[in-house]
Amino acid sequence: MPPTTQPTQPTTPDARPRTSSLRGVLAERASAEAAVGEKLDELWEEEPGLIGFITTVNHKRIGRRYLVTASFFFVLAGVNALIMRTQLGSPDNKLVDPELYNQLFSLHGTAMIFFFATPMNSGFGNFVVPLMIGTRDMAFPRLNALSYWIFLFSGLFMFSSLPLGLAPDGGWFAYVPLTGDKYLPGLNLDFYTLGLLFLAVSSTVGAINLIVTIIKMRAPGMSLNRVPLFVWAILVQSFMLVFALPPLDTANAMLFMDRRFGTRFFVPSDGGDAILWQHLFWLFGHPDVYIIVLPAMGMISSVIPTFSGRPILAYPFVVLATIATGIISFGVWVHHMFAVGLSDVSLSFFAAATLTISLPAGIQMFAWLGTLWRGRIVLSTAMLYAVGFLVAFTLGGVTGVMFAVVPFDQQVTDSYFVVAHFHYVLFGGAVLPILAGLFYWWPKITGRMTNARAGLWSFGLVFGGFNLTFFPMHIAGLLGMPRRIYTYQPGLGWTVWNVLSTVGAFVLAAGLLLTLGLFVHSLVRGERAPDDPWGANTLEWATGSPPKDYNFPVIPTVHSGNPLWDGRTLPSMVEHRHDPGRTLTEEHKTLRTSELDSRVEAVMTMPEETALPLLVAVLLTSMFVALLVSAYVAAGIIAGFMAVAVTWWLWHRPEVEPG
Amino acid sequence: MLAPKQRRLLMALGCVLTSGVVAGCDRSTPSALDPSGPKSDLVATSWWILFSVAAAVCILVTVLAVVPMLLRRRRRQVKGGDGKRFVMICGIILPGLVLMATFALSVTDIATDASPPRPSRMTIDVIGHRWWWEVRYQGSTAVTANEIHVPVGTPVQLRLQTADVIHSFWVPEVMPKMDLLPKRVNETWLSVSRPGTYRGQCAEYCGLQHAHMAFLVVAQPRADFDTWLGRQAQDAPQPTTAEAQRGLSVLTQSSCATCHTVRGTSANGDVGPDLTHVGGRQRLAAGAIPNDFGHMSGWVANSQTVKPGNIMPPQHLSPEDLRAVVTYLQGLE
Repeated sequence: MPPTTQPTQPTTPDARPRTSSLRGVLAERASAEAAVGEKLDELWEEEPGLIGFITTVNHKRIGRRYLVTASFFFVLAGVNALIMRTQLGSPDNKLVDPELYNQLFSLHGTAMIFFFATPMNSGFGNFVVPLMIGTRDMAFPRLNALSYWIFLFSGLFMFSSLPLGLAPDGGWFAYVPLTGDKYLPGLNLDFYTLGLLFLAVSSTVGAINLIVTIIKMRAPGMSLNRVPLFVWAILVQSFMLVFALPPLDTANAMLFMDRRFGTRFFVPSDGGDAILWQHLFWLFGHPDVYIIVLPAMGMISSVIPTFSGRPILAYPFVVLATIATGIISFGVWVHHMFAVGLSDVSLSFFAAATLTISLPAGIQMFAWLGTLWRGRIVLSTAMLYAVGFLVAFTLGGVTGVMFAVVPFDQQVTDSYFVVAHFHYVLFGGAVLPILAGLFYWWPKITGRMTNARAGLWSFGLVFGGFNLTFFPMHIAGLLGMPRRIYTYQPGLGWTVWNVLSTVGAFVLAAGLLLTLGLFVHSLVRGERAPDDPWGANTLEWATGSPPKDYNFPVIPTVHSGNPLWDGRTLPSMVEHRHDPGRTLTEEHKTLRTSELDSRVEAVMTMPEETALPLLVAVLLTSMFVALLVSAYVAAGIIAGFMAVAVTWWLWHRPEVEPG
Repeated sequence: MLAPKQRRLLMALGCVLTSGVVAGCDRSTPSALDPSGPKSDLVATSWWILFSVAAAVCILVTVLAVVPMLLRRRRRQVKGGDGKRFVMICGIILPGLVLMATFALSVTDIATDASPPRPSRMTIDVIGHRWWWEVRYQGSTAVTANEIHVPVGTPVQLRLQTADVIHSFWVPEVMPKMDLLPKRVNETWLSVSRPGTYRGQCAEYCGLQHAHMAFLVVAQPRADFDTWLGRQAQDAPQPTTAEAQRGLSVLTQSSCATCHTVRGTSANGDVGPDLTHVGGRQRLAAGAIPNDFGHMSGWVANSQTVKPGNIMPPQHLSPEDLRAVVTYLQGLE
């Protein structure tokens, strides 16, 4: 229950000393805002209406768009899944034909991984990170807008294939030689290769933007040992994206050339190598699991301390575990290939690596559990989802450890057991935390509270439906049911488990629908949110709900890893309210600080809003459409226009003045 | 009284709940936990070890996560300390020990699984096609499809290859998966400890009809197996009735012969399965349908209705010709 519905909170010594201010504006923010708010409003306000909509570079608007767009793709890919579950609800079902079914599961996987989970994390990163580190925008606001527009257009590009009957049909990992033009001609796989290359532009620039923002723009005093765990997680995730995407891009470019220009990288009959694709794909694909899960774990590291009323246990261990996960995850990709017929030495090596990567997860798990045990719990909806995550992610984790026993892996790989496992990891380990994060930051994002009782129903249905959908799949897999089959015969002992999964899928869908209704209700009729409804520990709660365009009227000095609980960081906003070096009221500006200790280095002028990112994204989209329809000359000409647009963009660089 | 469907459902549920073993309910379930060979035995044993540890970990974490929620109203104050020792012991040292034990289990299993308990005396080539399995016995002229007979209790060497895309060979009760890769031969072994018929299925997505790419492993006592192999090596038996005779001539003169082989006749195509002894097989179309007169007639007339997208085009035969051809093929035991 959120504290707002419990006015008689016991006021015991607690890391949340601000129970009295739960209902309104923080005194410090009010005082700082009174001093400079009006001036900053003028500087940071964007054009209203349609022009503002297409020219915005504000990280909060872009972050919200990321969240809405990614959720929209989640719904589309979820509907794919419901059709598949209905088809598998009875044996020898003829609801969909194999052609459509194969497109549905390929698009479901591709969309959930690339167009939902990763961008959803980027949405949180975009909205929350600049607030958490106490700055006024991302390092490259225009690049931020560009990465959003490209994400939107590449998602529409990918999904447009389904109504055309041309959706990718090679599975989300698109193994060659099946996906070569010999076995799967048609545009289906071209949508896949081009769509992913297209999206990779967005993911790469987005990741670089977050890295620079986190390293160079933290508020003074937020040295690396005071950086919130969610920010650490986003930083590690962004580095991982930068290193993991090139193998995927390379593989997709090679496959596209094989299909279009007669190269033979993946054509075994002409000396190409089918296993090369698998290595390149999983060299991206395994880190990608953590690219999705790490930020989700970061959200849990935000939610649990807040609702336990104390800092997280063993903060340095959790940071090191996050970094270690990022590094080790690049060394385990071969466990996706244990049935390929590799030497026993490679099998043993990658079995050991697979076991090693569960250690950092264990560290984080017990840091969270210990925090709960030493805290005073407030059971909000976000906290319910966080606890649901702890249970679900553990189940996904222990089945993951089992795959290190190679013969066992060979028995269950490519069966429904694996489908169960990775849905526990990705739904349990990412969607549940994302829901926790949504409920947690919702008041900050929208300025409205959500209904706690409806939140209980939301959690109950989603968590129950999730388990009913995916737990029986473990059993179906052990009973010999392979994945990616559009139907199965009666009498194999699989029917009952599939019926349970199908029922579960509809319960889950009902729960998610209810959650959507709950959020809509909150937007329309929700109670107004105070600045800091949860008594949280990090800086984003020191802004308005929702935050003003400039985030912080005065950039604070951070004194600890839990700035809102240390009793010094918030007063620093009042102290500095007449200091032009912190209020930056002269121009559209924010601070640049040093990498490790976060000392002030310079004052950066931030760019104004512009439609250039949208123009570049539209040109890029037309280039990919031209490539899709084999209009290579047109694609070349469009690339030329794009070069001109980018040059123009770079011509007008904002200035930096030494601080 | 319950409807048969409901009774089956209850039985399945009851079986699982009471025995705690999610296997053995139905002989036709290809359960990995009801093993009939050393390879799957090994995995089933490892599974129960892994399952026990995993269940203990899940219960521990669930209790640790839920109890503070239940006790939340009793706690008036938060506790201090940064708990590095707790995290070090529970999050690093204890999991580290469990993981090391798991690694020991893994390397032991890898070593055990690498070679058969006794050297194998026969070799079978299995060649994956979209979407059926070609089976050749080395040292014999026998060629069959979608049905692999093996002598019980004897390790058999398998040479797995593919004619097109990647497939994966999987018989849950007998052996875990091994992929079939283009331009490579994956060698492995298989041994069945009990006589019987075991269902296998392609486990690597291989295109449109991946769902209909099953096969059977039939384990027979040595003598029965030798008899079977001897007959498979022979040419097709001569037709004995006028109807079958007509069927043979339809087969050799129509498009059938361009894709299929019937040894001992002029039909020698190599696109589809060898039909020399097709009448003796249990199922057709890689497990999709039973092998009887009616199903085979439907398949020959228009296989696209049974398994859309498969390579065999509809055959425009007169009803008499169709009946004759199917009569002939059903006689090829």
